[in-house]
Amino acid sequence: MRRYSAFAVAREATRYHQGWARAWRSPEPKKKYDVIIVGAGGHGLATAFYLGRNFGITNVAILEKGWLGGGNTGRNTTIIRSNYLQDPSAAIYEKSRSLYETMSQDLNYNVMYSPRGVLMLAQTEAEVRGYKRTAHANALQGVDTEFVSPERVKQLVPIISLDGPRYPVLGGLWQARAGTGRHDAVAWGYARACSDMGMDIIQQCEVTGIRQDGGKVVGVDTTKGAIDCDKLGVVVAGHSGVLAEMAGFRLPIESVALQALVSEPIKPCMDIVVMANTVHGYMSQSDKGEMVIGGGADGYNNYTQRGSFHHIEETVRALVETFPMISRLKMLRQWGGIVDMTGDRSPILSKTPVENVFFNCGWGTGGFKATPGSGWGFAELVAKGYSPLCEAFGLDRFREGRFVDESVAAGVAH
Amino acid sequence: MLILECPCCGVKGEETEFHGGGEAHIKRFGPGSSEEEFHDYLFAKENPRGVHFERWRHVNGCGKWFHVARCTRTLEVFGSYSAQTTEPPQEIRDAITARRPGWRWREFS
Ligand SMILES: Cc1cc2nc3c(=O)[nH]c(=O)nc-3n(C[C@H](O)[C@H](O)[C@H](O)COP(=O)(O)OP(=O)(O)OC[C@H]3O[C@@H](n4cnc5c(N)ncnc54)[C@H](O)[C@@H]3O)c2cc1C
Ligand SMILES: [Zn+2]
Repeated sequence: MRRYSAFAVAREATRYHQGWARAWRSPEPKKKYDVIIVGAGGHGLATAFYLGRNFGITNVAILEKGWLGGGNTGRNTTIIRSNYLQDPSAAIYEKSRSLYETMSQDLNYNVMYSPRGVLMLAQTEAEVRGYKRTAHANALQGVDTEFVSPERVKQLVPIISLDGPRYPVLGGLWQARAGTGRHDAVAWGYARACSDMGMDIIQQCEVTGIRQDGGKVVGVDTTKGAIDCDKLGVVVAGHSGVLAEMAGFRLPIESVALQALVSEPIKPCMDIVVMANTVHGYMSQSDKGEMVIGGGADGYNNYTQRGSFHHIEETVRALVETFPMISRLKMLRQWGGIVDMTGDRSPILSKTPVENVFFNCGWGTGGFKATPGSGWGFAELVAKGYSPLCEAFGLDRFREGRFVDESVAAGVAH
Repeated sequence: MLILECPCCGVKGEETEFHGGGEAHIKRFGPGSSEEEFHDYLFAKENPRGVHFERWRHVNGCGKWFHVARCTRTLEVFGSYSAQTTEPPQEIRDAITARRPGWRWREFS
C-alpha cells in the first residue's frame, strides 16, 4: 500500500494524478476463509480490521450485498459522543470516541474527525434532572461531560432562541470532546487497511443462506456461490432479522426507517452539534456549510429506506422554533436508512444459538459513533469467544432481564 | 405515505391518523409458562422483510385497534381487518396470495 501524505499529493500533482492506486482490491471469493464477515458497513469493516490488527487473523472475507458503506454507514448524520448513562455503554462508546481521535493516523486516511463538541439541550424539568444524573454518572465513568446553564448555551450557540414558547432551554449536557467525522471515509479507510492486510472485500455479493452442520456454521450461500468458513460474524444492521432467520432464530429487533436531511449551504453559523431530544431534532453544520438535520425514527416496520414526510415536518417544525434563523432555508436532500432497534436501545454483540455464528447489531439510530469500539470488541469476541467490552451486550440479557437501558440517553435518533 | 382504512369506522386516512402497535397475532404467555415461551412472547420478533401482520390504532379517529397486512419491502398494504381474531381472515390471505404468489401462511402457535 502506498502511503498517503503531503509528499504523495505533491508527487502526483507533477504527473497528472496518474499514480494513485485503487484503495482496495475487488477479488473473486476464495473457497474458504477462517472468518467471514457479512456486511461491509463501518462496523463490519472495523471488525475485520481489528481481527487482523489485534489478533493476526487475516484470512478474512467481508461480503457486501450492495456497495461498501452504502448502508447506514453512508446515511448517518455522523454525531460522535459517549455521554451515555450505563457503565457498559460508557465503556464501549468512550473506547470508540477515543479511537476516533487517532483514527486518521492509525489508518493513514483522513476521516475528518472534528471534536467540535456536542450539546444536548434540556428543555423540560425532567430532562434537566436526567442530564444532571448523566453528568454525575459520566464523572464516575471518567467520561468528560458537564451540565451547563442557559447562558453558557447561548455563548456556545449564538443562533439559538432560549425562550421558545413551548420548550424554553433550561440548560444542557455538554461534551466538549464529542463531535463529528466523515462517515464514508471511516468505511473507506478501514476497507483500504483490510485489503492491505490481504483480506477480501467482495461487493455485490448477497448472503442468501447460512449453512450449518450439527449446530455449527460451515459456510454461507451467496449470489456468488457457496463459501466456506470456520467462523461467521454478521454485521448487517437493519437486515439482522433476515440473517437471523437464515440461521434459524429470532432477534429482539425491529427494523424501521430513520431519516435525515440537509439544507442548502450557508455561511458558518454554528460550530458545534446541538441535539434537542424532547422535540426530536438535532442539527450540525457540515464543512460545506449545509445544515445537517436529523430527527426521530418512523413508527412502523420498514425495509424500504424511505420514510414518511410527516416525521421530517415534525423535526423541522421543532428546530425552527429553537433556531428561528433557519426558517428560510431551502432543503436540498432527504434520505432514509433502515435501523435495527432493540427494546433497551443498546446493541447486541453476542454469540448465538448456532456455534461460531456471532451477531453485531442493534445499534439502531446511534451506531456510527460506536464504529471503532464495536469493531474492537466484536473482533475480540469472534477471535477468542469472550470480550469484556461486549459482555453486557449478549443476547441472553433479554432472557435474564439484564437490560442496558439507554432509552433516556438515546431518547432521540443520533 | 401509508394510506390505511380503519375496519371499525370505515374511514380511510393517511398514516398520521393512526398509530402503529407492532407485530400482531402474538400468542400471550403468562404465569405457568416456561421461560423460553415467555422470552419469545416478549422479545422474539418476526420482523420480516416482506409480509407483515401488525396492530394499528385509529388514534385520531374512532380510537379503536385493528389489524393490517402490509409488505415491509414495498410498503404495499394488502388490507385491514378486525382485531377480534387470532389469525388473518381468508380474504386477507387471498389478497396476499394474489400479490405474492407462493406466499404461505405461517403456522400460528
Ligand atoms: C438517518 C440516520 C442518521 C443517523 N445518525 C447517526 C449519528 O448521528 N450518530 C451515530 O452514531 N449513528 C447514527 N446513525 C446510526 C448509524 O448510521 C448506524 O448505527 C451505523 O452506521 C451502523 O453501521 P453498520 O456497519 O452496522 O451498518 P450498515 O452501514 O448499514 O452496514 C450493513 C451492511 O450490511 C449489508 N447487508 C445487509 N444484508 C446483507 C446480506 N444478506 N448479504 C451481504 N450484505 C448485507 C448492507 O448492504 C450494509 O452495507 C444514523 C442512522 C441513520 C439511518
Ligand atoms: Zn376508526
